[in-house]
Amino acid sequence: MTNKKWVPYLLLAPGALWLAIFFLTPMFNLGATSLYDPSGSLETGYVMNGHVGNYVDALSEYWPQFLRSFIFAAIATVLALVIAYPLAYAIALKSGKWKNILLVLVIAPFFTSFLLRTLAWTAILGDNSSFVHFLQNIHILPEGGRILATPFAVVMGLTYNFLPFMTLPLFTSLEKVDPRLIEAAGDLYSKPFTGFRRVVLPLSMPGVVAGTLLTFIPASGDYINAQLLGGIKNTTMIGNVIDRAFLERGAYPTAAALSFVLMAAIVILVATYVKRAGTEELV
Amino acid sequence: MNWIRKNIIMIVGMLVLFYMFIPVFVVIALSFNEPKSRLTYTFDKFTLDNWLHPCSGAEAMCPSVMVSLKIGLLSTIGATILGTLMAYALMRYRFRGKGVANLLLFLPMASPEVVMGSSLLTLFVSASFPLGFWTILIAHIMFCLSFVVVTVKARLAGMDPRLEQAAMDLYANEWQTFRRITLPLLAPGIASAALLSFSLSFDDFIVTNFNSGSTVTFPMFVWGSAQRGIPPQVNVIGAGVFLIALAIVVIGQIVGARKRKALAA
Repeated sequence: MTNKKWVPYLLLAPGALWLAIFFLTPMFNLGATSLYDPSGSLETGYVMNGHVGNYVDALSEYWPQFLRSFIFAAIATVLALVIAYPLAYAIALKSGKWKNILLVLVIAPFFTSFLLRTLAWTAILGDNSSFVHFLQNIHILPEGGRILATPFAVVMGLTYNFLPFMTLPLFTSLEKVDPRLIEAAGDLYSKPFTGFRRVVLPLSMPGVVAGTLLTFIPASGDYINAQLLGGIKNTTMIGNVIDRAFLERGAYPTAAALSFVLMAAIVILVATYVKRAGTEELV
Repeated sequence: MNWIRKNIIMIVGMLVLFYMFIPVFVVIALSFNEPKSRLTYTFDKFTLDNWLHPCSGAEAMCPSVMVSLKIGLLSTIGATILGTLMAYALMRYRFRGKGVANLLLFLPMASPEVVMGSSLLTLFVSASFPLGFWTILIAHIMFCLSFVVVTVKARLAGMDPRLEQAAMDLYANEWQTFRRITLPLLAPGIASAALLSFSLSFDDFIVTNFNSGSTVTFPMFVWGSAQRGIPPQVNVIGAGVFLIALAIVVIGQIVGARKRKALAA
């Protein structure tokens, strides 16, 4: 379009600098902080002595919370995929002129604050709620059994809160599916489910990959659900640990090591997953 | 029976949609609640008082809403301008380093909020930069930026580049083309990017919690009160924001549909 080579760089510069200073540099800072001598404090200052032991301490003490975060996030991601797929499919391929309205309705619940929606679940799943009484009456839940403050409640909250991140990428890739392909599968005597499995599902894989990543990543680092819907034990996630280590205990080196491990673990998981799923068109 | 079988996907889809709205209904219901005590979060008695006097009885709440509105507006302006420029450069120019720029934009979306928030905290602490309003604003512009770029890029991708070429053929220079052709066509994309930025900023808790110092935003107020007892007025704010955002989106859809119709006629 132009031979003024500097124009795109000029347009990119302000935003790119912002990200370089306030996203990339902090990552290096985090890495450096994780190697400080842990005997220092915010008031007295920290000494940089390449203390790799912070990682050993952090992991040996908090590996259960790490493991739990990834398990909770993985279950929530699979559940969200199962829940969001029919919705995305219905909107993309079955809704006709209602498509735009339905899309607005998918996003609309998330205009209400994340925290307030999570607190609303505490009201729905609370020990005295009619929902819990109902489950007790039909003996799905034992007498006096609880939902709130259990791992189940936390996973449920995670599943719910990140649903749009699953639904929208699925919708985008399902919308590109030519309905005539589904008809063609039917014409060639495939059963509806076989047609779905062999034609639609493979075509929607980019959406599945993007959606699972966009759900798994924030879910594994989240601590709002664990804090509000979880109990004292068996529900603490790594986010809770990092938050408390930074903001309550002021144990910066350990906290930074934990944060850095979380980031590294996610990068490795995501890279492996994207490679195996064979899609690179995420951006 | 046959009808159910034929429409099973639509029925399941609508049930999922209903499920997504359950907490919203609860928030709206609780905004009309007069709780028996400060610590209960169940519906006790209907009242209009929360809506009529949202600020009384929860004295710290309204200032926190003001802080969130200010940060939301400023970070929306910042992120929308920076992001639109970036999206335009990435979609309309060929240059070296595009891959790096795309990666730089993708990474914040692929990082958990705890990591972004805590790493930014270590930067501010080691630079002895005081935490508060400005650090929250800096953080919000940072994480909104990528979402703006993605949204505006999508709109640019759907635009016919021949319209811009035609303007150039008619001797408009680059700035005139951008100002008179690209920008008006891009407006709906910029508007949805701005709306997205604002809701991301207004709603953010985790990154803010790390970088707020003693500044209290609305989500921080809610978080704090979750430990001490939640005033029903917070649900008025929640329900109010929901209704306003919904109205903006619906009006946007109607205006868009009218424009398309006018163009088609």
